[in-house]
Amino acid sequence: MNALASLGRRTLDILARMGRATFCLLQILSGLHSVLIRPRLIVAQMYSVGVLSLPIILVSGLFVGMVLGLQGYTTLVDFGAAESLGTVVALSLVRELGPVVAALLYAGRAGSALTAEIGLMKATEQLAGMEMMAVDPVRRVLGPRFVAGVFAVPLLAAIFTAVGILGGYLVGVGLLGVDDGAYWSQMQAKVQWGKDILNGVVLKSVIFGVVANWIAVFEGYDAVPTSAGIGRATTRSVVNTSLAVLGLDFILTALLFGGIR
Amino acid sequence: MSTSRIVETLVGLFVALGIVALFFLSLQVSGISQLGGERSYRIYARFENVGGLKVRSPVSMAGVRIGRVGAISIDPQTFQALVELRIDSQFADLPVDTSAKILTSGLLGEQYVGLEAGGADAVLKDGSTLKLTQSALVLENIIGQFLFSKAAEGSGSNAAPAAKP
Repeated sequence: MNALASLGRRTLDILARMGRATFCLLQILSGLHSVLIRPRLIVAQMYSVGVLSLPIILVSGLFVGMVLGLQGYTTLVDFGAAESLGTVVALSLVRELGPVVAALLYAGRAGSALTAEIGLMKATEQLAGMEMMAVDPVRRVLGPRFVAGVFAVPLLAAIFTAVGILGGYLVGVGLLGVDDGAYWSQMQAKVQWGKDILNGVVLKSVIFGVVANWIAVFEGYDAVPTSAGIGRATTRSVVNTSLAVLGLDFILTALLFGGIR
Repeated sequence: MSTSRIVETLVGLFVALGIVALFFLSLQVSGISQLGGERSYRIYARFENVGGLKVRSPVSMAGVRIGRVGAISIDPQTFQALVELRIDSQFADLPVDTSAKILTSGLLGEQYVGLEAGGADAVLKDGSTLKLTQSALVLENIIGQFLFSKAAEGSGSNAAPAAKP
């Protein structure tokens, strides 16, 4: 009976958290206009979530592309289709790996920092102090971080994908001897602008950006204001973002690229 | 003041890098530049069967790509496939007795339209139709014909050459 009660309490806790998260998102969205008229705050946040995430995005993009080139080549060469390497690398990066891995890296590099920062602000009662001065912390703290993150994630995903394709080129053409022209022409013949680039890199990563920043900002705002609570909130932020991104990716792929009716 | 200037510059650089990456993806990866831009003219060809031919499949002559398939539709009178070929304007002087075949690149590769120039002096104009065409080879039909002729050979003891079905 006790186990049943704790299960029920946990379920109610989760539901309440989802409710608070939705309310938090609505609050952020309703305060958007006052965020957008202070672009300086957004630029400062773009620096910390976007520019500082660049090294990890560039390095992982390069290596993911290189691995794809190497692995794709060993599979394709058995069928005498090594010229399709460009298609394989580009399609897997543009449709799936670019947006997904960029969002996961973003959650680890920037999302966790956002959560910890906002959580610490709450623990040190800076958010309460702002409220005392009649400054809405949702508009002053959460809003700019959310907007900057939503802008940053698609840009990071595009950079990740482009660097990955160059990494595949480096390995495939530079080391393994795939024909230079065939790498690009096969890619250009198969990758479509509207279907692949727009749906994949752009649309997916905008959605991932909204989700990742929503979770990061909310977990910080909702953190228990103790050191242990901030630690838990940071962990939850990364874990929940990863799960949400991967789950959403399946749904988006099924919707955008078909296969499931 | 100077640190905020640096921050702004770095953010600008980041955004510019992202936009450059998007342009790179759009132009270099998706090959959108090949679709418009170039000036082309249209000729039409009728086929009994286009097999796996698709819009944007290459049109080549002597192995060189000279255009792309613009549209594939069905002719409501003859029930043949009507294929619109967009040929780049720089290959303007194709003879009127040019023939079109649907070929396959490699054993399992994609299908494309191969043109073979004839010897006539008159040249094809925008909107004209090719007279000589050869349909795609459909593997199932060939296997069917082969089996049929084998069966006919086996049953007829006088070993008459099997009539083509």
